[in-house]
Amino acid sequence: MLKLQHIHKIFNEGTPDEKVALNHINLTLEAGDFVTIIGSNGAGKSTMMNMISGALTPDVGTITINGKDVTNLPEYKRSKYIGRVFQDPMAGTAPTMTIQENLALAYSRNKSRGLRSGVSKARKEIFLAALESLNLNLENRLNAKVGLLSGGERQALSLLMATFTKPDILLLDEHTAALDPSRAALITSLTKELVEKDSLTTLMITHDMQQAIDLGNRLIMMDKGQIILEVSPEEKKNLTIEDLMNEFQRIRGEKMVSDRALLST
Amino acid sequence: MFTALFGSVEQGIIYAIMALGVYITFRVLDFPDLTVDGSFVTGAATAATMITFGYDPLIATLCALLAGFVAGSITGILHTKAHINELLAGILMMIALYSINLRIMGLTTENAVGRPNIPLSSSDTVFTMLHDFWSTLGIDAMLNNLLTATGLTSLPRTWGVIIVMFIVVFIIKFMLDWFLKTEYGLALRATGDNVKMIRSFSANTDNVKIFALGLSNALVALSGALIAQLNKFADAGMGIGMIVIGLASVIIGEAIFGKKTIVRATLAVIFGAIIYRVVISLALQVEFLDTGDLKLITAVVVIIALVIPYAMNKYKEKKRRAKRRAQLMKEVTAMPEGEKPIA
Repeated sequence: MLKLQHIHKIFNEGTPDEKVALNHINLTLEAGDFVTIIGSNGAGKSTMMNMISGALTPDVGTITINGKDVTNLPEYKRSKYIGRVFQDPMAGTAPTMTIQENLALAYSRNKSRGLRSGVSKARKEIFLAALESLNLNLENRLNAKVGLLSGGERQALSLLMATFTKPDILLLDEHTAALDPSRAALITSLTKELVEKDSLTTLMITHDMQQAIDLGNRLIMMDKGQIILEVSPEEKKNLTIEDLMNEFQRIRGEKMVSDRALLST
Repeated sequence: MFTALFGSVEQGIIYAIMALGVYITFRVLDFPDLTVDGSFVTGAATAATMITFGYDPLIATLCALLAGFVAGSITGILHTKAHINELLAGILMMIALYSINLRIMGLTTENAVGRPNIPLSSSDTVFTMLHDFWSTLGIDAMLNNLLTATGLTSLPRTWGVIIVMFIVVFIIKFMLDWFLKTEYGLALRATGDNVKMIRSFSANTDNVKIFALGLSNALVALSGALIAQLNKFADAGMGIGMIVIGLASVIIGEAIFGKKTIVRATLAVIFGAIIYRVVISLALQVEFLDTGDLKLITAVVVIIALVIPYAMNKYKEKKRRAKRRAQLMKEVTAMPEGEKPIA
């Protein structure tokens, strides 16, 4: 479904700020895989996601989606196949537009946008049904501007919008990190539900080790631009946080220093 | 007095088309587009030149609209493809258009390459055509009779321009309202609202911006073409400060009529443009003020339109808080002794 081959990326090459963001990344996702990604800040997780979404282009390497080489495809073309939820709850929706207009934007993702009405009667029914499944009472606020929603509500809507057209690949970039624990738990369970419903191929970055273990069938750990550990579906079933910490120490010969990683244990 | 006001309403309705164009870029696309000062004249120059050559005024006006679309699209291309800053792209296009406009008007004369103005006093324009048609209807006589009954002595020449232009402006408004609710229109609004998000929903934001700038400047040029025909001349300098007038109309309209929905905002912009003209013409009736003070008056009017809504909100909020405080105090004093909070 998704294949990254020999991906390299260097920022500010030839300057004192030179940083190897990705160093020889190889990763293959089969249809229906749900991979969680952990790693400290600066490990290259977000850079890798930006490569997949098309916001960045790799210096070396190829990216294939469904057997099609998309390495140089611009972001707006690639996003036909890719759904994305950002960390910032403000990032995934248009604040001055209404809930139903936002859903209409999401609905048109894999269609060409023409002069048909964005919110038709038939579509309204689809939007209503989708919103009801969130259980947030948003179905009664179709005409409310999204900027008036709370962070949790907006993130739930972002998630619904990202998965609305059943994209080939779903990218979740720490999408629960900016929420309070109870909202984060809600979004986590919603993520699980939506991904399982359409068995979406998913990549999720998280700093919450327990979440990384609980969700998905595979797990990868990144450090300094490399994938240093891949946990297969069989191994992942019995994985604990302690195992992950020990693995990191064994591979890198140093203790994992991430306050957020420690705090979340 | 009445005829002066009547004239400013007449002009205001036509300037409203320009203001709707400015609304598209400034408010919907969130793009401060300064091309307007140039494209307004491009519309006037194109229409005046073609009319001088003997083309049908309607066709000339339509071509002016297209010329504006092209000018706006180029600003969009400069911004999206050449990655030039929004303001700078607009300014560059504006000064480039100044020369181009001279060249366009220069086509009408063999003595020079450029020409700073074209008079249309003896030419057919859309308004002379309108007048010919209108005078057969007899509506003017009817309305003027009504006015004389109220005791007015100075009567407007014709009601045709006001009534027909009102209809035209409202047709444009309804089309714009409709367009901004279509799939493409929603993508346009989202591009102005959260560009990163709409790109992740597979909208080609570059093309959307180019189209929106084209559409906006097409309306501006249409307005320029009509103003040139109404005032019976096109001049290279007639666009100076146009962007400020457009913005003033948008801001005044929104301050008075609100901007909650698209339908309401476009209506507000139209009335904003008319009110702006009326205020200016009233201000010029004041003995002390001179036509040279026009820009200063504009600046003051815009500042007032910006400050008053803010001050009003503050006042309302203060009143709301005072009311709430009074209510809470009443509840506290009604409590039995001993249960009262310490404060």
